[in-house]
Amino acid sequence: MAYCSDVAQVRLEHITKSFGEGAAALKAVDDVSLDVEDHDFMILLGPSGCGKSTLLRMIAGLENPTSGDIFIGDVKVNDVEPKLRDVAMVFQSYALYPHKTAQANIEFPLKVRGESKVDRAVKAKSAAEALGLTEYLDRKPGQLSGGQRQRVALARAIVRQPSVFCMDEPLSNLDAKLRSETRAELVDLHRRLDATIIYVTHDQVEAMTMGTRVAVMSRGHLQQIGTPQEVYARPATVFVATFIGTPPMNVMPAGLFERGDTLVGVRPEHLRVVPSGGLPATVRMVEQLGHETLVICDAAGTRVVLRQDAEAPAPAIGAEINLDAAEVHRHRFDAATQNRIAA
Amino acid sequence: MAADTGATEVLHGARKVGRYALLSFVAFLVLFPIYATLMQALKSGPDAIDHPKSLLPINFTLDTLRAAWRIGDLGRLMVNSVIVAVVVTLGVIVTSLLAAYAFAFLDFPGKGPTFIAFLATLLVPAELTVVVNQRTINSLDWINSYQGLIVPLLATTFGIFLVRQVFLTVPKELREAAALDGVGHFRFLWEVAMPLCRPTLGALALFTFLGTWNQYLWPQAIITDDNHRTIQIGLERLKTGKIDTLNLVTAGTVIASLPIFVVLIAFQRQLVRGLTAGAVKG
Amino acid sequence: MRRKWRDLPIAVGMLAPSAVILGMFVVYPLVRAIQLGHLRCDATGKRCRDGGWGQYVDVFRSNQFQHALANTARLALMTVPIGLALGVGLAVLADKQIRGVGFFRTVFSSTVATSIAVASLVWFVLLQPQVGVLPDLFHGIIPSLKQPGLLQDPGTALPAVALSSIWASLGFTFIVITAALQGIPRELYESAFVDGAGGWMRFTNVTLPMLGPTMLFTSVVLTTRAFQAYAEVALLTQGGPEPQRPTESVAYLIYGQTSLIKNDIGLKSTAAVLLFLVLLVLAFVQFRGLDKRVHYGS
Repeated sequence: MAYCSDVAQVRLEHITKSFGEGAAALKAVDDVSLDVEDHDFMILLGPSGCGKSTLLRMIAGLENPTSGDIFIGDVKVNDVEPKLRDVAMVFQSYALYPHKTAQANIEFPLKVRGESKVDRAVKAKSAAEALGLTEYLDRKPGQLSGGQRQRVALARAIVRQPSVFCMDEPLSNLDAKLRSETRAELVDLHRRLDATIIYVTHDQVEAMTMGTRVAVMSRGHLQQIGTPQEVYARPATVFVATFIGTPPMNVMPAGLFERGDTLVGVRPEHLRVVPSGGLPATVRMVEQLGHETLVICDAAGTRVVLRQDAEAPAPAIGAEINLDAAEVHRHRFDAATQNRIAA
Repeated sequence: MAADTGATEVLHGARKVGRYALLSFVAFLVLFPIYATLMQALKSGPDAIDHPKSLLPINFTLDTLRAAWRIGDLGRLMVNSVIVAVVVTLGVIVTSLLAAYAFAFLDFPGKGPTFIAFLATLLVPAELTVVVNQRTINSLDWINSYQGLIVPLLATTFGIFLVRQVFLTVPKELREAAALDGVGHFRFLWEVAMPLCRPTLGALALFTFLGTWNQYLWPQAIITDDNHRTIQIGLERLKTGKIDTLNLVTAGTVIASLPIFVVLIAFQRQLVRGLTAGAVKG
Repeated sequence: MRRKWRDLPIAVGMLAPSAVILGMFVVYPLVRAIQLGHLRCDATGKRCRDGGWGQYVDVFRSNQFQHALANTARLALMTVPIGLALGVGLAVLADKQIRGVGFFRTVFSSTVATSIAVASLVWFVLLQPQVGVLPDLFHGIIPSLKQPGLLQDPGTALPAVALSSIWASLGFTFIVITAALQGIPRELYESAFVDGAGGWMRFTNVTLPMLGPTMLFTSVVLTTRAFQAYAEVALLTQGGPEPQRPTESVAYLIYGQTSLIKNDIGLKSTAAVLLFLVLLVLAFVQFRGLDKRVHYGS
């Protein structure tokens, strides 16, 4: 009955979503095409308002694209109801039914499908076990901690054994420590379930550590799609270059770091202090973080950040230094289009 | 297929038409008594006798309305109601502001039990208090007077509760900073606390005005002369028992409701916003 | 410790106006009425006989009181469930974003503008056989309805009063439930939708449970109103067609034009205190009984 095939593949072709009409129309998603392979952990990454959540909701069936096609496993699902798409969704706020126990929450998708009470209980219990929730099944969401609630939301998603999992920033409501623990658990879950996951976040650390592939979006446009390493080492646009990496890549105006009319980007860890030649800069601030040192400089009005080992001697504030970087670490971007210029 | 997500969703196509149809049908049912009343009030006297049940008057006329106004002395009734409602509303706002301030910003021994005592008064129905209040008002010689109608209604726990809710959302630091600047309680109330709860005060005013305007049992209990009669208890005097004057009653109800309809439609949004303002935080 | 006492004078000053009014016109009457409830007085109110606490039991057990209580209970049983169901139904019906929904919402709220007196008079005229439109309409739908008119027929008088009361309270219920609906997080509906729940399932699994506390509140208000029914009885039936008097409510028994105890402040107090107790018990029962099934959010 469900439109699922054995291959849990998602294909988006030229998806556009506009809100509003006429002159005031807002394009939340603008001509995005991407493929999610079977068993991918695809991360949709970008700042708030970039359209990633809208894209996810279209995949789940909560919104209809204004134009373009969505395929799940080779079946075009544009007009298909969510329940027939075999997609499960985990919301940022978990969307747990406050009046139902954890067990009833987890069983709910099965209850909708009309499964018997016995079947439901069995499946719910095994989903709960997979997430370490067995002792909390009788509690209501109000009696659970944030992390436990999140796991109930996950259990509810996996109990359906869907083809695709859609997750909308599920970790943002957790505190930092819990977040990093849960990140590892999610990666483990992905492996154990052999699932296809589409995951939305604005946190690049999550994207880099969890995803098999990352799709970076900004203002409705897809900026780049690739593995975390690709996106880090060969950013396709200035946006991607400065969004990924902390501290962000130093993208310097044309003519500053080298002669020419292209923008040049160098990551803070790739800048070296050289005795002479290179880019002259004045040290403004030195941040000793313990495991590394950040040196914040001013080069002809441009803020440049450089990373050093904690052991290396840090320059004094006000010192004049020279900065250089190896050719392989220089990224060049077209000043007008902001796109990478292939080396 | 629409993104059918439940409440406050967007509908398209056939579902939309179906929904409009259902809404219109129900709206018709709800509005029918009002419509029928309005039509009857606009029928002329002879028309009412000849075609009492027709829903479309042959000629629209204001004569019946005028007659009802005259015969029922509706002008004086409305004036009385307005006087009582306005004074009571102002009084309730003042007493509620003061009492709510005391509960929200002041600390004194027995504050908890006192508040509970105030809340407990909500349980006592008018049907009980009227028995004794009737006698009290009588002994004060306030029967058939404005004071008699107004004074017992000047304070309500509901108002105190509502304003206190809003006052409780004012951060303590605000009061402390003001205290450091030497701002006394009354000044703080007037210049800081009150402006902050304006929407709630608006809702309270509306509520109190409506409630007082609609009072039936209490005016019925203490008013027997024509000078101080209010509109709710005065309307029934248009019921003379003769069938052919029933349209006067209808006309009377139309006139009596007009001010309220207008006020409510104008202040609809404030009402809901004010009532939920304090509740959101609490 | 000292700070507590420092605020006391000004607190007293601020609480005084409300305390005096409430004390004189709510607390004092309550206490005094309980006292007076022992007494039986003659028409002048001067000569009273002490009947003791037993008087409360006697009045409660009396045929008249029981009869009025039964009528009032029947009225509540008609107005509360139907009123609540209609309020929820209309609120859900109008909870869609289609153009013009504001108009419908205004229409559904409109009865909140009518006072009990106005609503009762409107329905009084509507239900008169010679002048009103409804008796013919009802006769057309249910031919067995007799012609004297719904208000004059002892069988249909109370339902007719109930009808007018339900209509009058519709606006209030609609407004309250609509406001509560806005508070239900949209994501709960979306989650249910993605999991495949249809409209009815979403209603029973999301809307109704989340509306629980509000429905309880509305039910208590409507029940209280029903048991306090006075104006509607006074204007529609004056206690109901003789001799059965099926519409005589407890409040009308005490204050109505035809009340036998109009001038006996002792018996009036007894009956009024009993009504108060009935209301208390009802509120208590509703809170306890429904509270278990009502959820108060996380």
